Amino acid sequence: MKFPYNDTVLAHFKNPHNVGTMDDPDGKATVGSPACGDMVTVYLKVDKETSVITDMKFQSYGCASNIATGSIITDLALNKTIEEAKNITWQQASEELGGLPPIKAHCSVLAVEGLHEAIQNYEEKHGLVKEKVPTTEEVIRKRLKHVMNPVKGLDLIRTNLVTEILVDGGVVTIGIDLPGNHQFAPNIEEEIRDRIENLWDVDEVKVNFTE
Amino acid sequence: MESYCYLDNSAVTRLDERVLEAMKPIFLEQYAVATSQFGYSMGIDSREILDEARASLAAHLKAEPEEIIFTSGSTESSNIALRGTVKASRKNHKHIIVSGIEDFPVLHTARDLERDGIGVTYLEVDEYGRVNPDRLREAIGDETVLVSIQHANQEIGTLQDIRAIGEICRGRGVLFHTDATHSFMRVPIDVKDINADLITFSAHTIHGPRGIGGLFVKKGTVLSKIYGGGFQEFDLRPGIENIPGAVGFARAASLVTIEENEKLMVLRNRLIELVEEKVPEVTLNGHRTLRLPQNANITFHRVEGESITLHMDMRGFAVSTGSACFSRSLEASHVIMAIGGDHERAHGSIRFSLSRFNDESQIVRAAEEISHVVEQLRVISPLGHPRDG
Repeated sequence: MKFPYNDTVLAHFKNPHNVGTMDDPDGKATVGSPACGDMVTVYLKVDKETSVITDMKFQSYGCASNIATGSIITDLALNKTIEEAKNITWQQASEELGGLPPIKAHCSVLAVEGLHEAIQNYEEKHGLVKEKVPTTEEVIRKRLKHVMNPVKGLDLIRTNLVTEILVDGGVVTIGIDLPGNHQFAPNIEEEIRDRIENLWDVDEVKVNFTE
Repeated sequence: MESYCYLDNSAVTRLDERVLEAMKPIFLEQYAVATSQFGYSMGIDSREILDEARASLAAHLKAEPEEIIFTSGSTESSNIALRGTVKASRKNHKHIIVSGIEDFPVLHTARDLERDGIGVTYLEVDEYGRVNPDRLREAIGDETVLVSIQHANQEIGTLQDIRAIGEICRGRGVLFHTDATHSFMRVPIDVKDINADLITFSAHTIHGPRGIGGLFVKKGTVLSKIYGGGFQEFDLRPGIENIPGAVGFARAASLVTIEENEKLMVLRNRLIELVEEKVPEVTLNGHRTLRLPQNANITFHRVEGESITLHMDMRGFAVSTGSACFSRSLEASHVIMAIGGDHERAHGSIRFSLSRFNDESQIVRAAEEISHVVEQLRVISPLGHPRDG
């Protein structure tokens, strides 16, 4: 029998490691949504003295590559310090899994993002975000690189979907080259908001679709 | 592991050995092209064999033999129906109507025609996937040349009231095409009863060979040829005739019985019943009774379909899903979205399509296995828990 994934991916898919929820996590993030096809929640417990991730759990609503990546990142991040875990990349997760089909990249990137955002959530919650960088077009652009264009499986910036970024006082305006009634429009808008609205000096986010 | 159980028969069916037997001599002995009546004897024999297959298939639709043209399959049949009628229509007749849940041969051809400047109305469907005849009546205008509404849906199996639709089209002097790929031989079709001008049907869904389909073209229907080529198939579909395919197609159709269709319906109902009994949070997609006998389509909420199909595959079952992850385009099923479903309902939808070669023990096992798979995936699903940022 020939399956669409390699044996390592299938093993993680069949018996994912560190699955479940956590009471009182120190850091937690949910990324993706059903509209996107995948959704991941990551929970962290962190030792405040050593900054080591002592416990980690994940949940996944998604395809095999999403579940397998969720599983492998828990293996990679457990017992690492926050700083070490921040450096875990999708590339690394994919290599550990022995490679993933390119079309499934966005499903697996999501799990890694879940880890990074859970760390961010941990730092924000514990007042560990040191420098308050003012929001500029560049900051927005960087954040939009983490918003997927589900049509292509790549981010909004790389797929040239962003037509305009305007930062004016506390108001951020973003133009997206998709009709507002597109299947993925509401999801893309939600993801953009998730990533921009929480910036310390942003009061309002406007997302403009074509027509 | 017990033998692999194939439940994706709406994609393609396994060939029946008896069909293969019927086709063999055409490949090996009676292989000449069909010539005119003035050709050589081997070619004249081929012509007769082809015409016999044509007559045999026509009889299943209560059509005349010369109303059937052979094509390479549903995709080509529907292309000829849509493009051929538009091409033949008068200059001011440049509008067609299709349902929003058509399969890709009709849907994508319609979109293509739209890019060429043809007006296209995509009719909405109700929660079961049924077209409202009143909406159709309103949509037909002076410029409308063709209405193309499928007989049965490829994913959710919903049957349309094509009799009512045909009547409306006839009353307004508009051509009516129906894609009967999935209903041919599974649900009775009488061309006179349904007032159809064009019907797409295919061998691959009834244990016939792939690469052969048919298009019923009612006598007198004005249709232009869409390819350049020879005069084959009443000058509508040029190219060397696929006589082995035609013979296999006719044989396959002759093997379908009312008893078989009744058996499929019993198995299908049993499957739905077992799944609904064993698995909480499921939705049957489509209509409970107005559906193809071989089709069951069920959404398993809070889980994603590609994960279900992979787990089922590893347990020895082939099923299909409307999830974006499963498709090449990464778009969720347009059918589930059109019947009012959201992405979650589309991503969690699983299509079971049955055939002659399935039996009750397989159905019981399939229901059992999918209940375990869904339970396992729900344990790890973040959906259903409050989402916080």
